[in-house]
Amino acid sequence: MADVNRGNRPLSPHLQVYRLPLAAVTSIMTRITGHALVAGIVLIVWWLVAAVASPGAFACADWVMRSWLGFIILTGSMWALWYHMLAGIRHLFYDAGYGLEIGQAERSSQALIAGSVLLAILTLIIFFLF
Amino acid sequence: MRYLTPRKSAVGLGAAHEGTQHHWQMTVSAVALAILTPLFMITIACAIGLPRELVVAYFGRPLPALITGLFVIVGMVHFIKGTRIMIDDYCHGWTRKAAIILSAIFGWAVIAAAVYALVRMGLGAIIVL
Repeated sequence: MADVNRGNRPLSPHLQVYRLPLAAVTSIMTRITGHALVAGIVLIVWWLVAAVASPGAFACADWVMRSWLGFIILTGSMWALWYHMLAGIRHLFYDAGYGLEIGQAERSSQALIAGSVLLAILTLIIFFLF
Repeated sequence: MRYLTPRKSAVGLGAAHEGTQHHWQMTVSAVALAILTPLFMITIACAIGLPRELVVAYFGRPLPALITGLFVIVGMVHFIKGTRIMIDDYCHGWTRKAAIILSAIFGWAVIAAAVYALVRMGLGAIIVL
């Protein structure tokens, strides 16, 4: 066997214990939130169609909208929509060639999480105040 | 030796001839949705909790109807193209074809349902007037 330097060479990543960097997590979250948003839009469109269908259909859809399940879906969708929108705007900058350095991606990931949570809380506050 | 001819690299379409088009359409719909998203949230937030007659009257007005219609149409077209990227990443062969077809059918069904409801509400408002 060839005389290889066994102590100093780079190790291949141990995939089972590999912790994803924050930029990778926020990138995957963009895809997850985008697809999960289907739940919110389907609920809202169902509610709209029910409103023109019949009083009974609307009562049913409106009950779901205002139930705790509806609250979770709508509030979750609202945060997911803010997150997906901010992540999409970041992607427009990526496409233009900005913010692609590791440090920049790390910072924009932090801003993405903080910004989406902040906007979601702000939206909830405004919604319940008015 | 490069196998790519100068003309090929100038056109920049790659082997599939359509990826750049898809990417550009996602960019255009993304910018449109960045404008529509806050407007749509305000529109829906104002309507949640209203009784049925007021919901119908509210979406019979031009601005809520236009914002909702535009958001659902542009959003679902963005969704169909977005799921296409994920399907291409994770599905292969027959499953890929089925998933692409189902995603398009689903997306356009949601658009049709929303447009139908908005048209009914809009016409209702005209009849009442």
